[in-house]
Amino acid sequence: MTAALLFDAGLCLLVLVVAFSAVAGRGLFGAIAFFIIYGMLIALAWLRLEGVDVALAEAAIGAGLTGMLLIGAWSMLKQLGVSGLPGGPSVPLRIAAGAVSGLVALALAATVLALPDGREGLSPAVAESLGRSGVDNPVTAVLLNFRAYDTLLESVVLLIALIAVWSLTPRAVWGGVPGLAQHARSDGVLSMFGRLLPPLGLVVAIYLVWAGSSQPGGAFQAGTVLAAVWLLVVMAGLYDEPPASSRNLRLALVAGPGVFLAVGAVGAAFGVFMGIPEGFAKPLILSIEFALTVSIAVTLALLVAGRPRRPA
Amino acid sequence: MIALDVMTVLLVCTGLVFFVAGTAGLLRFPDFHSRLHALTKADNLGLGFIALGVAFQMTDAWSVAKLALVWMLAGLAAASVAQLVARAALDRLPDESGGEHKG
Amino acid sequence: MSGAGLDSATLFALTGAILIGIGVYGFIVHAHLLRRILAFNVIGSGIFLMFGALGFRGAGNGTDPVPQALIITGIVVALSLTALAVALLVKLAEEEGGATLPEEQPGRGEAE
Repeated sequence: MTAALLFDAGLCLLVLVVAFSAVAGRGLFGAIAFFIIYGMLIALAWLRLEGVDVALAEAAIGAGLTGMLLIGAWSMLKQLGVSGLPGGPSVPLRIAAGAVSGLVALALAATVLALPDGREGLSPAVAESLGRSGVDNPVTAVLLNFRAYDTLLESVVLLIALIAVWSLTPRAVWGGVPGLAQHARSDGVLSMFGRLLPPLGLVVAIYLVWAGSSQPGGAFQAGTVLAAVWLLVVMAGLYDEPPASSRNLRLALVAGPGVFLAVGAVGAAFGVFMGIPEGFAKPLILSIEFALTVSIAVTLALLVAGRPRRPA
Repeated sequence: MIALDVMTVLLVCTGLVFFVAGTAGLLRFPDFHSRLHALTKADNLGLGFIALGVAFQMTDAWSVAKLALVWMLAGLAAASVAQLVARAALDRLPDESGGEHKG
Repeated sequence: MSGAGLDSATLFALTGAILIGIGVYGFIVHAHLLRRILAFNVIGSGIFLMFGALGFRGAGNGTDPVPQALIITGIVVALSLTALAVALLVKLAEEEGGATLPEEQPGRGEAE
């Protein structure tokens, strides 16, 4: 028991030191590298809290994709020759910011310690209804049945974010190919890796969706794996991004929210909009999840690729 | 049971020694490529020993197979990334004194 | 949480609280927008960690599934916002030649 507590204390300390290096580190690239390590350590913390679903999401999305976005932005800024203001923040600003953030942290910590013991939370309520949800993983049950509204809106938020990114496209390349052209040697290590990994990634993604009904996993984790595979294939120069005006691409983008809404409408026929009928829960949830996986994968990959930069 | 635990502890500790050695190399070696060398060689071995050690705690063959897959993928990714980093450095280092090399 | 002294879940919740503080510090101190985006992500994951750790139900019982589901939703929304913020930042850099907000540049117009 004490050994576990000691390990957790060490992990927390490491998380804090790495987070501080990511926020206050001198060089921008180093700060981003620390941020990615920070994401992996946070995923470890989630494993310790037995939240394996969150650990997977944090490692894949929080550390992986966010890190890639930040590195992409860093290299874009470098190509543009843009840097921040000369000189770091002034000492008075640091002191004031330290005081404010210290107060925020103290107030939150005091609240944590003031919470009463023996809180039940919503675990019992979820456990009680789990049998009727159609799946055995309580997190998937919450995401796709009990609070399906949240997940539907979230898939729409992803789509809107992509539309917002695309809306920054200049008229000349509207509907064009996202990102910059990638050059990689066709016999190089990267293209070998890019050929080797996709089949494996595909199997892992399908497994994650399927396993998500009874074990940790699900559409978001699987979609991220697929998005990562796609980004690798593009970086390796094996295939280029599809143009943003492609009809198939747009169909893939709306498939998830579309199927989700359609199932919601079926629920309305049975009495409650977005209420998933009990007898068909498992097949309905799985079909939503597979459609969502495709849409999430495409949306995430395009969000990381950025706005169209080349004519179609 | 105890024999299995002893194997796990021994193998994981051996793995950790390699990680410590790799990290020491990363911090102490003078130039870029020898640092990369220390890091990749030691860490791949370290991860191998740790995976082997953890395998002794698994109860079914399926989990051991998954562990082996993870090990293989991590090794493959590390090897590819090390290659890419080394080549990027090779492109950049000769003109380090001059301006930033773009390309 | 009281009596038995500090347990692991409380430790992680407190770490979350300090992470939020660290993120707020970075957000105030840095004028560079990419650093602010990074700090925003640290604040976010600090909130998630605090939220989830408070829903921890002891070893073997795991973390309350409702916060877990909300956090997964939150991680995805945070990524969407980060992607949009990065796209806006790159656009700003292309148009203005800077990675900071115009009002933070002391000698506006001389920035280039």
